[in-house]
Amino acid sequence: MAVSNVTFYERVEEALHDRQLQTALDISTTRFTTGRQNALAALPEAEALRDHARRIRAHTIAHLDRYLAQFADSVERVGGQVHWAETAAEANQIVAELALSRNVKNVVKSKSMVSEELHLNQTLEANGMKVVETDLGEYIAQLAGEKPSHIIAPVIHKTRQDVADLFRRKLQATDADLADVPHMTALARRVLRSEFLQADMGISGANFAVAETGSICLVTNEGNGRLTTTTPRLHVALLGMERLVPTLEDLGVMLQILARSATGQKTSVYTNIITGPRRTTAGQPIEPDGPDELHIVIIDNGRSQILGSELAEILYCIRCGACLNACPVYQQIGGHAYNSVYQGPVGSVVTPGLYGLDPWHELPQASTLCGACREVCPVRINIPRMLLKLRSETAEAGLNPDWLKRGLRLYRQTVVRPGWYHLGGQLTSWLSRKIADNGWFKKLPGPLSGWTDHRDFLAPAKKSFSQRWREEREQ
Amino acid sequence: MTTDIKTVQLFVTCLIDKFFPETGLAVVDILEALGLTVEFPLAQTCCGQPAFNAGFWDDARAMARYTIDVLAQSDAPIIIPSGSCGDMIIHHYVDLLANDPHYAAPAQAVSTRTYEFTQFLVDVLGVTDLHSTATGCVAYHASCHGLRGLGLKTQPHRLLKQVAGLEPKELPGSEECCGFGGLFAVKMSQISGAILQRKLDNIEASGADMVVGTDVSCLMHIAGGLRRRGSAINVKHIADILRER
Repeated sequence: MAVSNVTFYERVEEALHDRQLQTALDISTTRFTTGRQNALAALPEAEALRDHARRIRAHTIAHLDRYLAQFADSVERVGGQVHWAETAAEANQIVAELALSRNVKNVVKSKSMVSEELHLNQTLEANGMKVVETDLGEYIAQLAGEKPSHIIAPVIHKTRQDVADLFRRKLQATDADLADVPHMTALARRVLRSEFLQADMGISGANFAVAETGSICLVTNEGNGRLTTTTPRLHVALLGMERLVPTLEDLGVMLQILARSATGQKTSVYTNIITGPRRTTAGQPIEPDGPDELHIVIIDNGRSQILGSELAEILYCIRCGACLNACPVYQQIGGHAYNSVYQGPVGSVVTPGLYGLDPWHELPQASTLCGACREVCPVRINIPRMLLKLRSETAEAGLNPDWLKRGLRLYRQTVVRPGWYHLGGQLTSWLSRKIADNGWFKKLPGPLSGWTDHRDFLAPAKKSFSQRWREEREQ
Repeated sequence: MTTDIKTVQLFVTCLIDKFFPETGLAVVDILEALGLTVEFPLAQTCCGQPAFNAGFWDDARAMARYTIDVLAQSDAPIIIPSGSCGDMIIHHYVDLLANDPHYAAPAQAVSTRTYEFTQFLVDVLGVTDLHSTATGCVAYHASCHGLRGLGLKTQPHRLLKQVAGLEPKELPGSEECCGFGGLFAVKMSQISGAILQRKLDNIEASGADMVVGTDVSCLMHIAGGLRRRGSAINVKHIADILRER
């Protein structure tokens, strides 16, 4: 994955000073978290459903090899074709070859996170194709030349005015087109409708894939997924290899919690279950619509590496984005600061899991370990435990700053020697009270200055609890 | 009291020991007023959570083994006036030392007899009314590790409700993190500072003149932020409130 030269800290600084971003984040994360809470509170069996969903995901991931084989068989039985891609490069090559061999010129895409991992658009464009994102948020990001900043809400960082300016520049929108949000969406809809009609290939992701039936399930709120997968003659679905559920019944469980956790909806506006291409009898179509060919590309791209590690549980993720909305860090810095396809708590585990700790080791540190992510996760993934695990791997790999290593070594040596520990405490207390202003510090030296950049620091007490206990109780 | 517990062991935590000795004394006062004998092993230091959270697990293990040895001096229930250190000892010690042939079992034994202070009062002793009195409008900040790690949802509220003269104020986002996160507050201070501002805004909007919590770590963070703002709002550990009679 491409890594920019701008450091994590610089991106954070930029995000924190971007007032518009701060307003947008505040509004949208609040709306999503409130929506989620209300939706789950209205469902008496919500907690039991979450437990059930977790069991389904755990079972599937533990037997992934078996379910992948079953899924591939089922897809072929219903007339689809399955391709296996170990790396992003292989996946890109498979899709490009499918397109080139079928003389594809125009591609429409519905939202797919895995395609962001692949940078598929660049590959197709380099092969002379026009690629248009059709999810409204993704379309706006594409027009702006930006990356999505949230798993389910790609342009959560943009305001209506940003989008209006963009439409004026890129789509020659008139004042009438930009009068209000319905007019703006109507404009996007007109533009996208002609793209759908011209397209010869539709690329989709898959929220879930059902092993027993060979179906893929796509949830959207705009209907663009349905057009992408039915209008063009060729449909290519990109599937992260962990996205399986064993049966349609299991899919039903997932669908009950996905939209509720993501946006607070009971269900998304469109739920598509696609099983095979347009059906034919003796070469003649017997269905009114659907693609002539359906190809499903099953993508590993680092997932089997995660599967074999202590991070395997992160593969239970159903990409609802609830952990992003609930995360106090994401709420402040937004998605772009992470510089990764996957942001927030889940992104801080998945990104180093897929691509390695170097250079992604800052992401697992960007957490207070407050546990809000684990609390809202529909499948109860213990994200804080995995962030801690990644921090321990970071320490073992020697990727931490020297002051921290040295400081903690000294701390450990002191902690296990109560004599040193209390002597050190008394010296610090004595020294602190010489320099502190009325018992508080306005400025601390060295790495500790981070604290006093934002709050005062309390000086230690004159006598510790231990001293007082010893003096008052043990005489 | 409905239990036959006569003696408890206090693990006071390094922050209370060095920064808030009065809070430690308040905890002792409250426990003694309930007729309990309080033991305080003087060799205790820090539970090792800073090293654990930073990923330095070998260092954390050394500190965990040390603390387990210190606490093994008696079989009495261990009381910790901190949800965060409590979570460390109750949950993470067991995890860290699971493969240690000498310490896996002692870690489990210590975990089983360790309680956060308010949890011990309410869930173990069944006490909510300590006949405490106070004055002022109080907002409660739920510290994350106590809340989500140990399930301290109701216990502090039930205790505070019984304090005569205290007017509870609803703190918006009471269960949201204050941004402390241990070394995070230093390493990623700009993010930590931004999260803190939101907490402080909520505290100021609540109309309370006092913030109360179960963890002095978060409270020290919040107090430092309020002081930087020039706010007159007081910050207190729940034991400091409950002690006043």
